[in-house]
Amino acid sequence: MIEIENLSKTYSSRHGCTKALENVSLVIPRGAVYGIIGLSGAGKSTLVRCLNLLEQPTGGRILVGGQDLTKLSGKALRQARQKIGMIFQHFNLLQSRTVAENIAFPLEIAKLSKAEIQSRVTELLPLVGLAEKANAYPAELSGGQKQRVGIARALALKPEVLLCDEATSALDPQTTFSILSLLREINITLGLTIVIITHEMKVIKEICTHVAVLHQSQIIETATVESVFTNPQSPIAQEFVASVFPNELPVELLQELSEKDQTEIIRIRFLGENATQPVISDLIRGSEVKVNILYGSIDHLRSTLFGSLILELQGSPEQLANAHTYLKSRGLEVEVVKNGA
Amino acid sequence: MGLDFFEPVYLAKLAGLLVPAVGETIYMVAAATLLAYILGMPLGVFLVVSSPGHILPNPWVEKTLGTVINILRSAPFIILMVALIPITRALVGTSIGTTAAIFPLVISTAPFVARIVETSLKEVPEGVIEAAMSMGASPWQIIIKVLLPEARASLIMGTAITTISVVGYTAMAGTVGGGGLGDLAIQYGYNRFRTDIMLITIAVLVVIVQAIQSLGTAMAKKMSHS
Ligand SMILES: Nc1ncnc2c1ncn2[C@@H]1O[C@H](COP(=O)(O)OP(=O)(O)O)[C@@H](O)[C@H]1O
Ligand SMILES: [Mg+2]
Repeated sequence: MIEIENLSKTYSSRHGCTKALENVSLVIPRGAVYGIIGLSGAGKSTLVRCLNLLEQPTGGRILVGGQDLTKLSGKALRQARQKIGMIFQHFNLLQSRTVAENIAFPLEIAKLSKAEIQSRVTELLPLVGLAEKANAYPAELSGGQKQRVGIARALALKPEVLLCDEATSALDPQTTFSILSLLREINITLGLTIVIITHEMKVIKEICTHVAVLHQSQIIETATVESVFTNPQSPIAQEFVASVFPNELPVELLQELSEKDQTEIIRIRFLGENATQPVISDLIRGSEVKVNILYGSIDHLRSTLFGSLILELQGSPEQLANAHTYLKSRGLEVEVVKNGA
Repeated sequence: MGLDFFEPVYLAKLAGLLVPAVGETIYMVAAATLLAYILGMPLGVFLVVSSPGHILPNPWVEKTLGTVINILRSAPFIILMVALIPITRALVGTSIGTTAAIFPLVISTAPFVARIVETSLKEVPEGVIEAAMSMGASPWQIIIKVLLPEARASLIMGTAITTISVVGYTAMAGTVGGGGLGDLAIQYGYNRFRTDIMLITIAVLVVIVQAIQSLGTAMAKKMSHS
């Protein structure tokens, strides 16, 4: 749906140049909920603003639905933008317009007839759960309601792509969750491709299908959400994963454990089916190691179960090897945290 | 003649002087403000949209316009009025009287309006403009549908400030034969030592200014939804 090829953006001002993006390439499949995560200043906003040419790239191409946006200007660009919805961290609603009038805004811009505008607005209000608030002004709404207006407004022209720049960063956790659920519902029911920019891994965990890690102006890792959570490659990605699934054991505990002989601390992460199967009892039975559970958590990625366990295994080298073999045979990723022997 | 407000002859004479003067002042203020907005408002819009990072950045337009406006604004009204006499005469046919006063009033107010409008439009958050751009709005649509409506409460407050400052200018125009309340105050209150008329003129001006401000504040409040 979206192809980004060697995208670069350098801001130049009197004080010098800032390289905000360097040779960024990404392919965002149709229907994906594609998360782009990075620390503050990584270039995330610049990247998403290049996707509808709010920011003019210094180099590279951006293809949306096969059309190269960087070749467009004037009227053609404005028409292309109508097919790309966008929502913002601070909502950016028109204060002088009611909820219904805000949703009507893009329809007016596209010069639809009064009757068409009316019927589209009537369709959209209940979709975002704001039928009762049609005549309220933004100042009378909560943050979550404002973002719902932003979503309805972005969907008004039936876009194929929705860009979200830190869309939940100004909201409390509960509201964040409800907005993310709404986005997921839209993704499923309308088949919309969604690009989500965030610095919070919990957003990725909640709704994304794919993730790209942006670090210091470059993409350093791209993967499906399942593989980034079970097997993060870059240190930054590992940190992000740890931010939602904390699994660092206290240093004292590690120290103490490492002094023991014939002991190993391992971490296993399991997904979907595996999460519901009796792995531990089978492990003990199959390899005759002693198992001590140090840490365990179970959560979900989108709607798949996702678990993480830190185990202390005690046994002879053969028994430990058997344990590894068994776990691998179950398709589990095993990471050795500490090897005591 | 003394200060007897209950003397019918006195009152009739006073009304005979005041009513036409108030009428002239209102005429000058309304016409000058309206024309100054017709000229100054587009200038204010150009100033904003041509500024760096806005919807139609153009340093050349911004610089030139800004300089012209500053030059006009730095000339004191009374000087501008005298300097413009030949043009006024060519345009209006005369350089004396109420209608003739409107031309210099407009020339001196329009740049003021441009700056006031500029200030109001700059208050519209960048994000809102950006949102409109992301929906494919053209610069013209952004001006008409975003900038002006979003700034309307502030624009109305600006209009009240402008109108009040025009009231002050008309009083000055009056001193050189422009008619209106200023003329009355000078001719009677000052030249003929009629303190009563001076005081009443001031009182009427205060009422007019108060009325404009209250109206402006009330309208702005009604239009503001933030
Ligand atoms: N308009 C701009 N002018 C100059 N530098 C900018 C501009 N916008 C962003 N930058 C710089 O580009 C870098 C990336 O910024 P941004 O894309 O906003 O990062 P993020 O959204 O990941 O926090 C930062 O160093 C920032 O200071
Ligand atoms: Mg940002």
